[in-house]
Amino acid sequence: MPVTLRDLPKEKLLLPGNASCPGCPEALGLKYLGMALGKKIILVVPAGCTSIIQGLMPGGAFIYPTLNVPFASSDAVAAGVSAAKEILGEDAVVVAWGGDGGTADIGFATLSGAAERNDNIIHICVDNEAYMNTGIQRSSLTPYGAWTTTTWRGKRENKKELPLIMLMHKVPYVATASVGYPLDFIAKLRKAASIKGFKFIHLHAPCPVGWRFDPSKTVEVAKLAVETGMWILFEAENGKVTISPPSRPYADKSKRKPIEEYIKLQGRFRTLTKDDIKILEKAVDDAWNTILKLVSK
Amino acid sequence: MVVKPLTGNYAAAYAAKLSRVKVVAAYPITPQTTIVEKLAQFIEDGEMDAKMIRVESEHSALAAAYGAASGGVRAFTATSSQGLLYMHEMVWWVAGSRIPLVMAIVTRTLGPPWNIWTDHSDIMDQRDSGWLIMMAEHNQEVLDETIKMFKITEDPRVFLPGIVGLDAFILSHTTEPVDIPDQELVDTFLPPRRQPYVFKPGDSLLMGNVPRNLKENMRMREDIHNSLEAAKKVIEEVDEEWGKLTGRRYGGLIECYRCEDASHFIVGMGAWVGDMREAVDSLRTNGIKVGLIKVRYVRPFPREDILKWVVNAKSVIVFDRSVSAGSAGPLFLDVAAHLMAAGIRVPVKNILAGITGLDVTYEDIADAVLKSVAEVEETGKFSRFIEWYYGR
Repeated sequence: MPVTLRDLPKEKLLLPGNASCPGCPEALGLKYLGMALGKKIILVVPAGCTSIIQGLMPGGAFIYPTLNVPFASSDAVAAGVSAAKEILGEDAVVVAWGGDGGTADIGFATLSGAAERNDNIIHICVDNEAYMNTGIQRSSLTPYGAWTTTTWRGKRENKKELPLIMLMHKVPYVATASVGYPLDFIAKLRKAASIKGFKFIHLHAPCPVGWRFDPSKTVEVAKLAVETGMWILFEAENGKVTISPPSRPYADKSKRKPIEEYIKLQGRFRTLTKDDIKILEKAVDDAWNTILKLVSK
Repeated sequence: MVVKPLTGNYAAAYAAKLSRVKVVAAYPITPQTTIVEKLAQFIEDGEMDAKMIRVESEHSALAAAYGAASGGVRAFTATSSQGLLYMHEMVWWVAGSRIPLVMAIVTRTLGPPWNIWTDHSDIMDQRDSGWLIMMAEHNQEVLDETIKMFKITEDPRVFLPGIVGLDAFILSHTTEPVDIPDQELVDTFLPPRRQPYVFKPGDSLLMGNVPRNLKENMRMREDIHNSLEAAKKVIEEVDEEWGKLTGRRYGGLIECYRCEDASHFIVGMGAWVGDMREAVDSLRTNGIKVGLIKVRYVRPFPREDILKWVVNAKSVIVFDRSVSAGSAGPLFLDVAAHLMAAGIRVPVKNILAGITGLDVTYEDIADAVLKSVAEVEETGKFSRFIEWYYGR
């Protein structure tokens, strides 16, 4: 059942005055997380922007209980917390909230281990496509062609297909989401929370600081990623793949906006050549072809 | 109570079961493996009411145990050597979080080259982290101290994690008769779990976010140090209580052997203390007044206990089974520093032996001590403070 604005609680579990940058997509995501799951959340946070966003000890901007942990440990810590809550009979949703580094790179073995064991947790990869907290260095989820402070002339490698890698772990639930589509994200969070076992949600999170766009345009950039087909919203329950409503029109290539509309807003792509853009266009087509082959008929 | 032949590893596994551990998370590494295997068997056979998280690495083993302990249940893990170094980041994190849990370390040397035999390089590498660290001499002590460690670490005066160390193969895979206490006795001894905080849904609690005030942050470090100092009393109380229940008292942080009239002292820890006892007996039959100080707890360091014995000694010889390369053995460094700080002027020497698992017999120990004592008796001092001893 689709979520509407009326279904959402007014109480905020992320307090204003937190330490996020203007236009921060992670702050949006954290707000939606609280709206979706309320006070059942126990949050486990590896190193990253969210370590900072929550504010300074002894204060803090998070109402949900939050355990900050070393970079490569979040899913294992979350699995332990989840086991304890099950043993004690407490109704909790344990969420590991990691960035692209904490999920796809330094945290990847831990993520894969928890997925294979089907530990009862939700892992959210809040993907701002580079190591933003340390100052915009490339990650395995940085797209081809993007400037970062370790790829001054643009990254030469492709973005890793993490959602598909997680799908191949045969876990009960895998989804992609975007901070530009909060109702879709919230519905997916609620569905994930209702399923026992390992759940993975990959949240696309355009970062004004790292991507070099105006902080007022976070949602616009996020939506353009979907409208150009560069980010595909889908979900998979027990391996059954469906394209989510916001992305459905763009299965048809002719409906997609030109990727230049997405790229031109972002300073990180300013050195792209015509050939680079062709490479990115082909990557969009390939990603769609792959996902459509996986969609259950 | 029942006496069973048990390896050191099985003694650790039985202790975890008797302590009613609720979550075990571990990754296999030689020579710790049979602890994990035994616990898996206990759990699968329904003899132990616990969940086993079969993690993909040691980093995750301690991370999962830490998560479970933070969530409010008793947790246990075990590792060795490279595995311990791989989880080292988590070792600091758990102590800094003040979350009690217990880990068995089956001590094994570090590579390269690949080598599975015992020395104390791995466990001594953890000594600055804020954990309580003890080394067992025999399998009974492994079992007793693992159970006691839960009580000590969960005491509000301590609230820190604890390590029980046992030497690879010499204890881990060697069978000795071990007195296994009844479950009722352990239940009487161990209170329900206590810890400084528990992560619960709906309860706003932030652990580990960035500090506003670095004085507060530094005070957290001092608190860990002070709690380790406070743990000394707790260790002695728990030793006494366990002694009353089982008849087995070890003497708190150290155990002395033939110290009363000794002029020369040897200091050591771990399984080879058994050989040191025999070396002391053999030296005594030759008229040399040697006493043995067995260091049970290396953290907190038994400063007062050691100084009390050696204040009027003619010499102190510290055996280390690991070395802080470029300085000296870590046990020696602690002993020498505290002697100096207390103004005790006694010749002190470091014998580095058994490193990388090189076999050391009681005759070797007697030989090394005899030569050292002869030198100090003749000249009143040691000509060199450090000796790499490779055997006779």
